[in-house]
Amino acid sequence: MTSAKDQLLELVEHIPAFPQAVMRILDITSRGDCDSKELVRIIERDPVLAIKILKLVNSPYIGLPQPIASVSHSVIFVGINTIKNLALSVAAIGMLPKTNAADFDMDQLLKHSLGVATVAARLAELLGVAEKDRSDYFLAGLLHDFGKVVLAQYKAVEFKQALEKSLADGSPLHQAETAILGYDHAYIGALLAEKWLLPARLVDCIGFHHAVDTETRDDQLRDCVALANIILQRLDFGFSGNRYRAEIPSTIEARFAMSGDDIISSLGDLDDELAKVTAFSH
Amino acid sequence: MQFTFWGVRGSIAVPGPSTVRYGGNTTCIEVRGDNNELVILDAGTGIFQLAQTLFAEFPIDINIFISHTHWDHIQGLPMFTPMFVPGNNINLYGARDIVENRSVKDVLSRQMEYSYFPLRENELKSNMHYFDIQDQQDVQIGSIKVSNFLLNHPVLNFGYRLECGGKTVVFTGDHEWPLNIYAEGDPEYSDYQAFLDLRRQQTLDFFRGADALIIDTAYADSEYPSRQGWGHGSFDASIRAARDAGVKKAFLTHHEPTRSDDQLEQVFEQALKRNGVCSSDPAFFLAQEGVQIEV
Ligand SMILES: [Zn+2]
Ligand SMILES: [Zn+2]
Repeated sequence: MTSAKDQLLELVEHIPAFPQAVMRILDITSRGDCDSKELVRIIERDPVLAIKILKLVNSPYIGLPQPIASVSHSVIFVGINTIKNLALSVAAIGMLPKTNAADFDMDQLLKHSLGVATVAARLAELLGVAEKDRSDYFLAGLLHDFGKVVLAQYKAVEFKQALEKSLADGSPLHQAETAILGYDHAYIGALLAEKWLLPARLVDCIGFHHAVDTETRDDQLRDCVALANIILQRLDFGFSGNRYRAEIPSTIEARFAMSGDDIISSLGDLDDELAKVTAFSH
Repeated sequence: MQFTFWGVRGSIAVPGPSTVRYGGNTTCIEVRGDNNELVILDAGTGIFQLAQTLFAEFPIDINIFISHTHWDHIQGLPMFTPMFVPGNNINLYGARDIVENRSVKDVLSRQMEYSYFPLRENELKSNMHYFDIQDQQDVQIGSIKVSNFLLNHPVLNFGYRLECGGKTVVFTGDHEWPLNIYAEGDPEYSDYQAFLDLRRQQTLDFFRGADALIIDTAYADSEYPSRQGWGHGSFDASIRAARDAGVKKAFLTHHEPTRSDDQLEQVFEQALKRNGVCSSDPAFFLAQEGVQIEV
């Protein structure tokens, strides 16, 4: 088991990014005057690129005193040219294939991830989180299902079984994954985030986004991402492979001092915002 | 502590009559601790002349700190003759290349590949040691404490702060004060700016109170607007930084290769005047090859 997991971790080092981002990176970096803002925006909207940039910036080879949870802040530490070249080195690996042996739709997962990112940031706003701190929520939302990218790519047979099991018996996907693999996408995502020295709050958020009931430690970031995840399923925006409709946990309702329905209605119309954030991915 | 400039030119060596006063070699600074410990900051072409002065001290311990791996800061390395003499101990310190995932050892060994150089790294006769250093990792070289700080350049660049016997010398390597990548009015602008401001404060703290600050000042301020983002400082920016960090002396370096000695002095004088530099300010100098400074 351990060696199989190590093998998986080894493989993930070379995981390619989503095609949309790879093509855009290659495009803007081939122009003489690479637009820094645009480059950062592309990275911030691709789970693989974002996590890999954070991995490199937080690597012990640089050894920054505090872990960084922001792509744009990374630019200030290592410079835009280093970020550009890091992005290019990820792009050079290739692109996540459109189809995979798990028959898992990566485009839909990307859409789902961007949706959760957007809604998590909106929820933070509802809770009065200052604008500058909301990028954490967006990033955590973007990365929460990184484990599924890994499973679809490197554990395709088992992941397909889990997808089918969840669909057949109506169980939550992460439980089906555990039944078949012995661990779920949240676990593998958090394991990687931890190994890559990402800030602990991101690691926790990825690891516990399906465990709001059992992981009782007070964690606003995790709660917002978990709730955004539930909301996105109801909105039918993108698809994360999970048809199970989770209830909004009472601890989250308590945090917002509102019923689940009231939280959702106070978010207002999300269509515009969701359309805008995913405009980059099509 | 004392230091000597062996190379003050940026980008490429430019020997010739118009650069003979300030010197045409690329970056290399020799620093000596109170017990004569030897630290060399960067290995531009100036390191060759420095090497010629070291023979009497063989066998010798040499500590080379590389700010970053652009050619003008490493070009003299393969021709650094003490590496070929048995008994010498040579320690090479620098940042790891996080893009290609290469260690500082590769900096030298790749320069000494078959296509580029007749000898291989493993044929060097001295005792070579390589150290990948991390941000804000202190290294003690006898009586000198060397600390570092990541500065902004198109490749990872460490500034170095050397403290010895209560005196401090800071060298930036190549550095441009980072700019906001967002436009005013973008939602991300103010957060980014706040972080930039914080980073500037941390950088100034790294320079703080230095007896000598050796700072990248490649561009005249009239040139700077067309060269933003290239990773180098300007006269106005360096004067402001030296003031804000309360250093005693500031040595402006990484002179543009196209600038003649006369032009260099002219640009410098104009900058001092424009910034109203007076006696209560740090003392500003143009870094000059061959000049030795005692701090
Ligand atoms: Zn340079
Ligand atoms: Zn440089």
